Amino acid sequence: MSARRVLLLPTILAFGFAFLYLPILSMIVFSFNASRLVTVWDAAHSPTLKWYGELFHNQQIIDAAVLSLKIAAMNATGATILGTMAGFALVRFGRFRGRALLAALTTAPLVLPEIITGLSLLLLFVAMEQLLGWPSSRGVTTITLAHISFSLSYVAVIVQSRLIGFDQSLEEAALDLGARPAKVFARITLPLIAPALLSGWLLSFTLSWDDVVISQFVAGPGASTLPMVIFSKVRLGVSPDVNALATLMVSIVAVGAVSAALLLQRRERRRERDLRLALADPGGG
Amino acid sequence: MRPRLLEWLRQGASGRSAVSALPLLWLVLFFLAPFLIVLKISFSEARLAMPPYAALVEWTHERVLAIQLHLANYHFLFTDPLYGNSFLYSLRVAALSTLACLLLGYPMALAIARASPARRNLLLMLVILPFWTSFLLRVYAWIGLLKDDGVINNLLLALHLIDAPIAMVNTSFAVYIGIVYSYLPFMVLPLYSNLEKHDASLLEAAADLGAPPWKAFLRVTWPLSIPGVVAGAMLVFIPAVGEFVIPSLMGSANQLMIGRVLSDEFFENRDWPVASAVAIVVLIVLLGPIVIFQRYRSRELAGAA
Repeated sequence: MSARRVLLLPTILAFGFAFLYLPILSMIVFSFNASRLVTVWDAAHSPTLKWYGELFHNQQIIDAAVLSLKIAAMNATGATILGTMAGFALVRFGRFRGRALLAALTTAPLVLPEIITGLSLLLLFVAMEQLLGWPSSRGVTTITLAHISFSLSYVAVIVQSRLIGFDQSLEEAALDLGARPAKVFARITLPLIAPALLSGWLLSFTLSWDDVVISQFVAGPGASTLPMVIFSKVRLGVSPDVNALATLMVSIVAVGAVSAALLLQRRERRRERDLRLALADPGGG
Repeated sequence: MRPRLLEWLRQGASGRSAVSALPLLWLVLFFLAPFLIVLKISFSEARLAMPPYAALVEWTHERVLAIQLHLANYHFLFTDPLYGNSFLYSLRVAALSTLACLLLGYPMALAIARASPARRNLLLMLVILPFWTSFLLRVYAWIGLLKDDGVINNLLLALHLIDAPIAMVNTSFAVYIGIVYSYLPFMVLPLYSNLEKHDASLLEAAADLGAPPWKAFLRVTWPLSIPGVVAGAMLVFIPAVGEFVIPSLMGSANQLMIGRVLSDEFFENRDWPVASAVAIVVLIVLLGPIVIFQRYRSRELAGAA
């Protein structure tokens, strides 16, 4: 391979990462800027934490963040339960009535533009209110129901790909040893697919925490999630406390992701070491 | 499947049907039914009432069931140039953004796939990480860079490269930047998972037979990576057509994307039937790409089994 080609790919990769990270970096830097003119660096009074202070005194943002956390947690739990059921049914149940419909419906939310999902869910809630009198007002309940409906597909996909590469001999062995099916599921299947459930839960949480389009359609006037508040703030112009908020959110995600990666790496290393030891000692300790 | 396992599954038949029926019912109620409602409303007439549309099926006073399909909404979409223009604009923005994502994402995915295994996970995490942070805030970060008194203009002014700030925000350029930036990971990830599976010995064989690297790429790597290219392209193109947040925050007020038109019809004009008709037309336009993506995905799942 020529030297030029060897350099070309890493250069583009570096450019790509710069493209991905420089905006975030600049936002972090300017969150410590004293000037209200977000992008003009006020060297005399910076760095400062005053926007962070302002953020923690902004009741609207705090209320919205609490509401968003609540919805995201409820959504993640509901979506994980329903999505796991769907993924399990699609991989393990062979042919059953409604399989094709279930398969199509679990992939639909992954590929539909959010604006269509939002519109159709709102029209559904309006129609339900007329016919059944429920939900009588739109707010936390309708946002959560809407979020579960699109998040469960992501969970189903993750669980499906975990189950497809799954060795069934452990379950078989447990059944042979006389364990009841429910016990086999709880003691063997569930722990083995637990990582998929965890990543499904986290992904659903993030999707809900991040969603603005669908929430805006199905939320009533009473409920404003954090993305909805940020969206209306940004629409009015760039404001420095949003920089502070963004920095906090990016830091939390970065710390979480790095510690998860380190944890996984350590587990992987330990597994490799155990494997090496087991292979080096064929007599079995 | 082993007989014991089949027996287990058969024994648990009642529990089984609950496991498949519950998510199915949920999705029928919250995904299929809403579409039928959108379809229905797109054929009805707008009214000044709550809800602001007329019923399709009515018992008239002679106890006759009257069904009225009102096609005026669709006719309106095809005659008023506003809709056609924003449709074409959305398709163009989505197509060009997809191309830009591919041009940037393909070399990135290739570089990651050819990195040492120890480094691969780190690089991959760096691609995924922005996806976990708020999409809205990342778009907002770009506004800070592109504004008239933003970081880029200030930098260029300070370096005396320009005399007056370049207007970048509220233009189509900003929309392209925003979409490429937000959807780049969706292009890189399927491409990487395809490229990572390639057999390195194929390239060695090509080199041994005297093919220069560019030729080996064109004849070996590129053809093998087509499924990944298609998957990534669809994952960028489909949501980009209906994109609402990025053009609302960064785009120009004169050139509206179709997602914004739909939202304006619904919230500003309160014309639910026209908004529904727009949604149906978007769906019909995207049906082709969606089917292509689904076919790819089911092949991938079958291949992994």
